[in-house]
Amino acid sequence: MSPPSPPTRLRLGLRAGLIIFVLLLGFMPVLNLLPAAHPLHVSDFLVSITGKWICYAILSLSLDLAWGYAGILSLGHGAFFALGGYAMGMHLMRLIGPRGVYGHPVLPDFMVFLGYQELPWYWLGFDSFPFAMLMVLLVPGMLALVVGFLSFRSRITGVYLSILTQAMTFALMLAFFRNDMGLGGNNGFTDFKELLGFPLNTSGARAGLFYASLVALVLSFLICMRLTRSKYGRVLTAIRDAESRVRFLGYDTTSHKLFAFVLSAMLAGLAGALYVPQVGIINPGEFSPTNSIEAVIWVAVGGRGTLVGAVLGAFTVNGLKTWLTSAAPDLWLFVLGGLFVAVTLFLPKGLIGLMKGRKP
Amino acid sequence: MKHPLLAFLLLLALALPARAQDAISAALEGLGTGFNQTAEAVDRLGASGDPRALPLLRALNNGRLLRRADGTLLIRAEAGVTEALTGTPTEVAEATAVRLNNRVRVALRGALGRLQLLSPDQAERQAAAEAVFRSRSADNVPLLETALARETVPAIRARMALALAASRLMASNAADKLLGVTALGATASPEARAVLLEFRGANPDIAGQIDEAVAAIDQRLALRRAAETLFQGLSLGSVLLLAALGLAVTFGVMGVINMAHGEFVMLGAYTTFIVQEALRDIPALQPWSLPLAVPAAFLVTAACGAAMERGLIRHLYGRPLETLLMTFGVGMMIQQAVRLVFGAQNREIISPAWMQGTLMLPGDIAVTQNRLWILAFSLIVLGLTVAAIRFTRFGLEMRAVTQKRAIAASMGIRTGRVDALTFAFGSGIAGIAGVALSQIDNVSPNLGTGYIIDSFLVVVFGGVGSLAGTLVGAFGLGIINKMLEPWAGAVLAKVFVLVAVMLFIQRKPRGLFAQKGRAAEA
Repeated sequence: MSPPSPPTRLRLGLRAGLIIFVLLLGFMPVLNLLPAAHPLHVSDFLVSITGKWICYAILSLSLDLAWGYAGILSLGHGAFFALGGYAMGMHLMRLIGPRGVYGHPVLPDFMVFLGYQELPWYWLGFDSFPFAMLMVLLVPGMLALVVGFLSFRSRITGVYLSILTQAMTFALMLAFFRNDMGLGGNNGFTDFKELLGFPLNTSGARAGLFYASLVALVLSFLICMRLTRSKYGRVLTAIRDAESRVRFLGYDTTSHKLFAFVLSAMLAGLAGALYVPQVGIINPGEFSPTNSIEAVIWVAVGGRGTLVGAVLGAFTVNGLKTWLTSAAPDLWLFVLGGLFVAVTLFLPKGLIGLMKGRKP
Repeated sequence: MKHPLLAFLLLLALALPARAQDAISAALEGLGTGFNQTAEAVDRLGASGDPRALPLLRALNNGRLLRRADGTLLIRAEAGVTEALTGTPTEVAEATAVRLNNRVRVALRGALGRLQLLSPDQAERQAAAEAVFRSRSADNVPLLETALARETVPAIRARMALALAASRLMASNAADKLLGVTALGATASPEARAVLLEFRGANPDIAGQIDEAVAAIDQRLALRRAAETLFQGLSLGSVLLLAALGLAVTFGVMGVINMAHGEFVMLGAYTTFIVQEALRDIPALQPWSLPLAVPAAFLVTAACGAAMERGLIRHLYGRPLETLLMTFGVGMMIQQAVRLVFGAQNREIISPAWMQGTLMLPGDIAVTQNRLWILAFSLIVLGLTVAAIRFTRFGLEMRAVTQKRAIAASMGIRTGRVDALTFAFGSGIAGIAGVALSQIDNVSPNLGTGYIIDSFLVVVFGGVGSLAGTLVGAFGLGIINKMLEPWAGAVLAKVFVLVAVMLFIQRKPRGLFAQKGRAAEA
């Protein structure tokens, strides 16, 4: 597989398409303010679900960085996403303050319910927004650093790494389901009240989070683009295609992969953190291995190894999912499973590959 | 009466019960005439060990024993009044209830316990031993000694011995007490331990011996717990082995990663359900539905495997990551199809009678039969798999293709066919695993999802391509998991095992039984 070098015209077209798409997205919350009867009115539902998709697109981008460019097929990105979400959830829980059902000044409801006397040490500091944001990036980043360091150092690659990351996700899911983790157990966190002083559940807050996610998407895209176009990105792609050869050329493949993996995990965490206040809940179900592998199929459908493809795939598959799960709920899993089969067998380069034609 | 001998024999037959009657009549002498006489009669009855005295004493205890002026004793029951010794129905006329006072009650309690300990009814003896153990009195010692000497049922003997030892603790002389302590210390019973600890406070003079006895019990209890943990570990290991064995063939030998493996296991479980339903109307075959399900499940999942390999997987050889994603999609579709056809709820599989119940191994180690069967079954399946790979033509061709495809092909082996058969073989083993798992797990569409990660861990931990590694990996992980459970809890134990395997792969990236030589280059 050679580094992606699509014809200039296609690349220009895609870039223009992407800019137009982002601009269109940017208008959505504005159009939401129009009266409901207006033909250009965008419903609350569409705004909030598009906000979710933008977060998914960030997750998809992060996974593409790991899989499409570094060849690390991580089945654990759902876990990084959920960890970011939990960090944000902890901040939101702290902000509820005395407004919980039990009215305790400090402890969240579930802790009062479980008989906690004081906040566990790992909850300290989460009342501060900057600290929580730091944790959103650091917790997934540290986990990726440890798992990645141990794996890449022992040259665990390919499917072994995939299974390993899936096992990690599974272990985290089991752990987060426990009540004595002090993280809400089965029910997770919900009933959030405010963020940065703005009450949630208002159209203003929804628009704010929407724009924050959009900005995060654009920034992530630009970071990934800068990175993959740099010399570092070239080496990364070379590692993906022939790791031993690159290593024999004298490159430190372990640290190259590690950097990509950690950055990718941080982006996934960021996506999770933006996702949680928009959906208003985070629970251990987010760690389900299926979520991680679904993210893989977004990248595969869009076209791995191309950043536009990752974003395109996230929107396409999730759009399809939203439509099908309401139109024909029994059919959705067949379609999703079919997508896995069809993409791997017939469309190894995804939708972008389709646009380029069979041979680049 | 034509024959004098016959007449004599008949007389003898009549006379024998009459003599026994006499013995009990003698014991009954004075019962009901006064409290002291009654108490003495009760004591005599208790000492007689005559089972017929039991209903009589019970009636007395319940105030249902009546006495006529002529001394005949009657028992009043729901059905009517009968004569106490002969059981013939009679009239209640002129009879008065035999009265009790405390002395009689004490005598009664002793006599009843004594007679029950000697009762011909097993359940009664068991209950009496239980009651004597709880009441614990030195007076019971001689009685228990007699009962113990007569007892033949081992379980009741054990209870009686325990009761005897506990009763000896209450004796007044130190020698008997020590005898009791020693006897209790020789058991592995938590009850004996509790009795000893309770007794320790009142007897500081022999505290040392008591502590020794408690320590001995503790040691035996710990041993038993260890044995039970070991069995649970072996049982979990056998489940892991069954689930991982098919994967050891498809992933380990062929190098094809099949994320739909868990779904094949699930299909095997559903085949068991279908076979069971199909045989529902044939009573003769019903108990054999489980053994019959084994070949059926093998064929069903092997056919699915062969279709999947020929139709899909073979186009992706050499691209493991794509194979992983594709098979995951297939698994998702199989799961959804089963959910639509059979519904999302659990399906009930009836265990055959020979698989139910619990087996007590020496040392009071409880072992559930179905787990034991699955353990044996998993080893049989492993043996057959090894035999198929080692000793059959198919196995030979399979190893040839794995080792060097091009050479194998040039020797005339149809490699495509061998690939399909190998994959079908591995998938068929998954189906067999499903039959076994249907006995201990819920048969639902997501039965397989829980096993796939564990199976991969077993294969990777044991060493890809090595069936011996899979065996050791499965039992190793199973036992480690169950050993961790008591102090970490089931969930954390699983997490620890996952982390441990991750760390283990650091040290030995190719697993416990790493392949060497040419096969290792991949």
